[in-house]
Amino acid sequence: MRNKTWWIVGLVIALAVTLVSPLASPWPDGLERVAEDHGFMDAEAEPFYEIIPDYVLPGIPSESLATILAGVVGVLIVFGMALGAGYALRTRGPEGEAR
Amino acid sequence: MIAATSWLIPSLLPKAMHIPDGFLSLTIAGLAWLLSIAALAYAITKTNRQLGEKQVPLMGVMAAFIFAAQMLNFPVAGGTSGHLIGAALAAILLGPWAGMLVMTSVVVVQALLFQDGGLIALGANILNMAVIASLVGYLVYAIMQRMLGGRAWVNLASAFAAAWLSVFVASLACAVQLGLSGSSPLQVALPAMGGIHALIGVGEGLITMGALAFITATRRDLVESRPAASQGGDL
Repeated sequence: MRNKTWWIVGLVIALAVTLVSPLASPWPDGLERVAEDHGFMDAEAEPFYEIIPDYVLPGIPSESLATILAGVVGVLIVFGMALGAGYALRTRGPEGEAR
Repeated sequence: MIAATSWLIPSLLPKAMHIPDGFLSLTIAGLAWLLSIAALAYAITKTNRQLGEKQVPLMGVMAAFIFAAQMLNFPVAGGTSGHLIGAALAAILLGPWAGMLVMTSVVVVQALLFQDGGLIALGANILNMAVIASLVGYLVYAIMQRMLGGRAWVNLASAFAAAWLSVFVASLACAVQLGLSGSSPLQVALPAMGGIHALIGVGEGLITMGALAFITATRRDLVESRPAASQGGDL
């Protein structure tokens, strides 16, 4: 696959993964489990502000759809950020080399 | 009753959780910020010298995939779930420094936009999941490649080991931070965090192997052109 085709396919795969995000296991993750079992879950402080808390886009009636849309928003933003960082830091030449 | 049925009620679903504010003392959180900033400054310098044009879109795709995959908690054991970190995959494909920057973009967006991980604790989350996990993943992969050669099965076995150990060591680092912060004694936090993440690491290993196999099958050149990996590491 050519480079451009490939990275478009890669981005589409990432977006496709968000479609199954509502099926994620609801169980507490490793850190949360340890915090609950060993009594320091209560130490958790409220966030300073909330934009898309818990990966659920506010204002969407369906929680599954809200989760997918939150995922799409996140995917596109981190894609842009990492691409921008790479573009700013790249060396000329396809393989990269010490200058 | 609530505990037994809460998993049925969507609005009560617990979600993936990075270290929130409140778990770490200000001293430990501040120290983690300093270490992360130092590591990232170095990562930027190294990436500026190593990153080829061909790898620029790969950075974006890796960040996108890792963000999405981190939302997919998979069940492990005892009512506990885990999710991908992705640092080993990013470090194997991009080298530890560009990989670190990819992971940092994911963890920063999760904290700023999704309130996953605290803002004060963000330095520690970057340190564990971007800095430590990338370095461990890369080193394990590079050392196994050097010892066993670059055959296809070695690549996959190295990827599994790199991914597993990156999760395990990152979880121990988190346990040390919790211990030093006084949230949980070290003799409790270390085995608890290490134990559950030894299981979660198996999932990390399988996903990392799968993703690497896919990328090798479709774009072998991207796997082979990763910065300096074939020379066994340029740290």
